[in-house]
This record gives sequence, C-alpha cells and structure tokens, in this order.
Amino acid sequence: MATINMLQAINQALDIAMAEDERVLCFGEDVGGFGGVFRATSHLQEKYGKARCFNTPLVEQGIIGFANGLAAQGSVPVAEIQFADYIFPAFDQIVNETAKFRYRSGDLFNVGGLTIRAPYGGGISGGLYHSQSPEAYFAHTPGIKIVVPRNPYEAKGLLLAAIRDPDPVLFFEPKRLYRASVGEVPEEDYQLPIGEAEITKEGSDITLVGWGAQMDVIDKAVELAEKDGISCEVIDLRSILPWDEDTIVESVLKTGRLLITHEAPRTGGFAAEISATIQERCFLYLESPIERVTALQTPATLTRDNQQNPKHPKIPETSNAPRNY
Amino acid sequence: MTTTARTHQPEFLSGNEFSIPTYAVLAQDGSLHDGAEEPDLDQARALRIYQAMIATRVLDERMLAAQRQGRLSFYMQCTGEEAAVIGSAAALDDDDMIMAQYREQGALAYRGFTFDEFMNQLFGNEMDYGKGRQMPIHYGSRKLHYMTISSPLATQIPQATGYAYGQKLAGEGLCTIVYFGEGAASEGDFHAALNMATVHEVPVIFFCRNNGYAISTPSVEQFAADGVAPRAFGYRMHVIRVDGNDVLAVYRATQRARELAVKDNKPVLIEAMTYRLAAHSSSDDPSGYRSRKEEEAWRDKDPITRMRAWLEIKGWWDGDQEKALQDRLRADVLDTMKRAEKRPPPPLDSLVTDVYADVTPALQRQLDQLKRHIRRYPEAYPRGARSLDPVLSAADHVEDHAADQGGE
Repeated sequence: MATINMLQAINQALDIAMAEDERVLCFGEDVGGFGGVFRATSHLQEKYGKARCFNTPLVEQGIIGFANGLAAQGSVPVAEIQFADYIFPAFDQIVNETAKFRYRSGDLFNVGGLTIRAPYGGGISGGLYHSQSPEAYFAHTPGIKIVVPRNPYEAKGLLLAAIRDPDPVLFFEPKRLYRASVGEVPEEDYQLPIGEAEITKEGSDITLVGWGAQMDVIDKAVELAEKDGISCEVIDLRSILPWDEDTIVESVLKTGRLLITHEAPRTGGFAAEISATIQERCFLYLESPIERVTALQTPATLTRDNQQNPKHPKIPETSNAPRNY
Repeated sequence: MTTTARTHQPEFLSGNEFSIPTYAVLAQDGSLHDGAEEPDLDQARALRIYQAMIATRVLDERMLAAQRQGRLSFYMQCTGEEAAVIGSAAALDDDDMIMAQYREQGALAYRGFTFDEFMNQLFGNEMDYGKGRQMPIHYGSRKLHYMTISSPLATQIPQATGYAYGQKLAGEGLCTIVYFGEGAASEGDFHAALNMATVHEVPVIFFCRNNGYAISTPSVEQFAADGVAPRAFGYRMHVIRVDGNDVLAVYRATQRARELAVKDNKPVLIEAMTYRLAAHSSSDDPSGYRSRKEEEAWRDKDPITRMRAWLEIKGWWDGDQEKALQDRLRADVLDTMKRAEKRPPPPLDSLVTDVYADVTPALQRQLDQLKRHIRRYPEAYPRGARSLDPVLSAADHVEDHAADQGGE
C-alpha cells in the first residue's frame, strides 16, 4: 500500500470516479489545466479532456446552479468551491435548490449525482476568510448530506461514496491536513459508509466526539488526558448529516460522559445538536454535563488563531471538569 | 479575451450606440406586417398552438374564479403572455427541456399536460406528482420534460445552463429553454448563467418575458437600460427582441434560436416584449400601481385574438370551431376540478419520503412519533387522523390510481 497525503487521496478518488463513469465531471475555479489551487484536480483535464474537467468563471452561485442542472440532467458533477468561506454566494442554490430538488418534485427530478467539494477550516494563517468551518449552516437543511474526512484513507473512501451516493453531498475537506496528513491508502477502488461514525479508540471514562481536522487535535488531547489516567473513547462523526446518533448514544451509555469539539464558533455549532440529542436519549446515564470545546464566538483571525481555536490542551482541561463533577 | 483597437482620446460609450429592434410579423388584424415573412408553420401545429393558448386562458379564468370562491389557496395567470410562452415552446423539439419560472403553464398545456394533471397539483391531492408539497402552480412533468417549478426566482437560469451542458455532452441534439421575467433578470443567477453559457458554448435558450412588471415594480424601476436584451452584448451572446404578443414572430425567432443552440452550440437570449394582463398572482391587486387605461391599451393587443384573426384569414379556424372548443374546455375544467377537489391528500408517510433517496432512521423516528401524537390528539388533526384510520382511509381511496408519476 502506498503512503500518500490527503490531496493525493482525493485526486485518486476523482480519477477513479472519472475513469469509471464518463458522466462524472469536475469543475470549479482554477480546477482545469492548473489542477486547482491546492492541486486536488491535478492531471484530470489532461486525462479526461476539457469537456469533463474545466475552469468555470468566478461565480459560486453559478457553479452550483450549473451543477444542479447537470445533476438533474443525469450527469454526475463534482463541483469545487475553492474555499468553504466562499460558498455563501451559492447558499441559495444549495439550500433552496440542491436540498429540495427531490422533495419538491415528488421524486420526478433529483440532483443526487451532485457532490460539492470545499476546503474548510483554520490552521493555515488564513484570517477571517480562509479559515471557516461552515458545516452547521448546512446541517440545518434537510435534503443534503455533509461529510468531513479526517485522513487520506477516509478522504478517498468517503469521496468515492459521496460521488456515487444517490443524494447530494457536501464534502468538506480539512485543508490544514491536505499535505500534513499522510497515511497508507490502497490504490484500488473502495468506499466508506456515509452516515456512520467510527470509533477510532475505545475507552471507558469519557467519549470524545469530533470530525475532520479536529480528530488530529483530539488524538493529541487524548495523550494528555491519559497521562492523567483518564481513559478516552474517541469517535469520528465523519458524517454531519445524516449523523450517527446510535454510535454516540451507545458510547455515552458506557462512559457516562461526553465532550464534543469543533473548529466552528460555539453558538449554534453542530456540537449543540449532538449535545441536545444525547441528553434526550442518555439523560439518566450522564454523570456530568455534556461539554463543548469550540472556537471562540468570534470571526477567525490571522494572528490569534492559535488561541481562539479549540487547541488540544483545552480538551483535557474541559474534560477534567466532568470527571471531577 | 479582449480584441480592441487603440484610441488616443478619452471617449466614453453610453450604451446608446446599440439599438435593438423588435422583430414583429403579425399585425393585430391577422395580416402580416409589410416585409414580414410567415414562418414555416403548418396547420396542424398552428392549431395545436392555438388550442393550447385557449386552454391556458380558460384554465386561468376558471381557476382564478375558484380561488376567489375559496376553493383554491392561490393561483397565477399567464393571461396576455400566451403567445410568448406557447409560441416559443412550439418551436422546440418536444424532448427539449423546459425550465420555467412559474407563469408558463401554457408551455405545459402545449406539451400535453392534462387538466386532470393541472388540477391534481393545484389541489395538492394524492395524485399530485409533487405529493402536495408545493403551492399551487408549481407543476412538473418528467415525461413532458418540464422541470418542476421552484419559487425562488432565477435559480432555474444557471441550472438550465448546466442541464444544457449535459445535453451537449450526451450528444442527442437537444437543448434547454429557460423562462424568466424581466424582474428575475436582476438576480445574480441571471448573470452567472448567461456568462457561463457563452464561455462553455452551451445549447440553451434564455427566454425573457418582459411583461412590464415585477409584482408592482415597473420595468423602468428595474433597470435603466433599454430592456434586458442589451446585456447579451456583455456576454457576446446572440440576442433578439420580439413582439411577445405576436405568435408568429416568437415562433420564428425561437426556431432560429434553437438552430443556433443545437447546431452551433451558441446560446441565445430572446427578449419577448409583452404585458401581464392579469395580476401578479391571486394575492395581488394591480389597481394600486397601474392604470386601467394602460391595461386596456394592452388588451387591444391580445395575443389570442391576434392569432385567431390570422387563423381565420388562412381558413384554418372559424366561429363554430371556436365555440365548440371553448365549450368543451370549460366543461372539462369544471369536471376535472370537481374530481381533483374530492381526492384525499397524499398519505402522511409521504411527509418523510424524498427528503433523501431513502428515509433516514432519524426521520423515521420523527414520523413514528408524529403518528403517536396524532392518534392521541385526533381532534387537533382531523385530516391526519383520518388518513391513519384504515377504514376511513380506505373509503377515501376509492379510485384505483395507476402509479404514473409523470415519469416514464
């Protein structure tokens, strides 16, 4: 098995999907000959031609509107939004169109073939507008699926699943890990399930839940916590929508404690939804309040992102509190 | 790419250098304008167009009345714009995709959508293809290649560009027509769609119904330019302006646009100059923003009487045929409306289907919880409770419905 980074894994997934089905198209700003500003679509235009991998004008609402039409027609578009921070001009197309296409037509038409890829998250000195984690805005919307991979292996298997999924998928890629996350990835075709969380580490004292780049942060936090004798169970949610309630419920029934961490600001972040659901379903088993470790309720900054973000020491600090509750 | 000559004087252009004429063929008395040529339109197609225009007018008149009687929650009329909508749809291949805004029921009538199908959607009953989810007039039909209507304005325009790009790759020689009003053309999606269409050489026809008003806002407050048509220059797109109440001009222009789109992959913008004779919707009252005199002037340009005059000159239509058609359509509208009103709403379970291809466990839990709740408080949910009662529900479903969901 080859050791590759997350960008290479994403590129492999796109390559496999395009080779397998000529209806698969990749497009977005700078996606064509240049291969994307992060190079996720490198060499795809050379291999599959300009009709199937191409640059679009700089207009996100147009990219997603165009992609919706293509998907309705029966094509399998993989549209890239260059940074998740710039997805908002397409918010209407995603929330009012993509998400409701099947429902409003009574299943006469659907855009299930659509996958929207967007790099998200902080840690690259991106300031306000190259750092955001917008998953919660979309998690409020029935009809779309939201997937966030944590490493190259997950990225390839989940992206292939997203492209072939019968529903439209928003695929948020942790850009801080694009080159930083390296791992063994099978060269062949494989898929990982959408809508299923994964227990990446078993433990008994507390359940830690995250997704995407935050899983790396959780791993560092676990090292600190376990030095203090706290046994952590770690769950990668993987899909924000639909999300795997049962896996978290079962874990919390066992540990009695839950901490959720995400890069997005706290208020209305997806941790709030998980927290509410788990207290509904596990109330009598909880031994301490459910905790959230998130970014501050501020825009992201250039120079203070290290302090405002949910860095790993904040997790054991917070999780010690419930243990002593 | 910009290809431009160099100048050494700071001279500005104002936009007035371009003047886009209005293509017109048919005069109101049914004769042709001097120098105008009749399009290649045979009797069968001409009558199919005319009958769809009458069907649309009859449907609109009756359904607005039904809304006023409180039988229907909402309605939108196509009145005054029948030639623009139906004349253009008739110039296409019946397998071309239609992406409409919401006032284009005439195109659907032309394609063969039945009054039963219209009524089922309007009343949101269990035979509505959209399963009772959308407001009245949000029609759709897969078998007739008519994309289900969505209320947000202009979202369909870039979707049409994408749909047509897929048609081009599929190589089946088909195109997409997308309808919108001059108000919707102010949305960003309009610009995105036209720009992408010429950049990617997409077989799409952008059909703007410039009917003078966006609800109450007159077009002079919508844009300072000479209509919508000049914007095509900014995208290097082929453009034509037509008299939208002139069915022959609309037909010929759209026919030519389709050739450019399908044979040469040149997208086209058509601006049809017309007038919304009716209110914006059943919730609107135009007397608050325009004069009766203005409306009367446009009523004199009615596209249906204009086409009828032409048909009668050709000897293809007469008063007896007109009366027979009108009588039959009026009776059909009433019959189909009565049938549609009696049909029950879609089953409760359809609340959670089609959100995703498969019902998710979380949604199933919500539905189960809702059913328990309705059974506990049936008086608060009479319709829901009735649909959950097997005996009452069976009595409601006396008709045996084929599972034809407008698909294939």
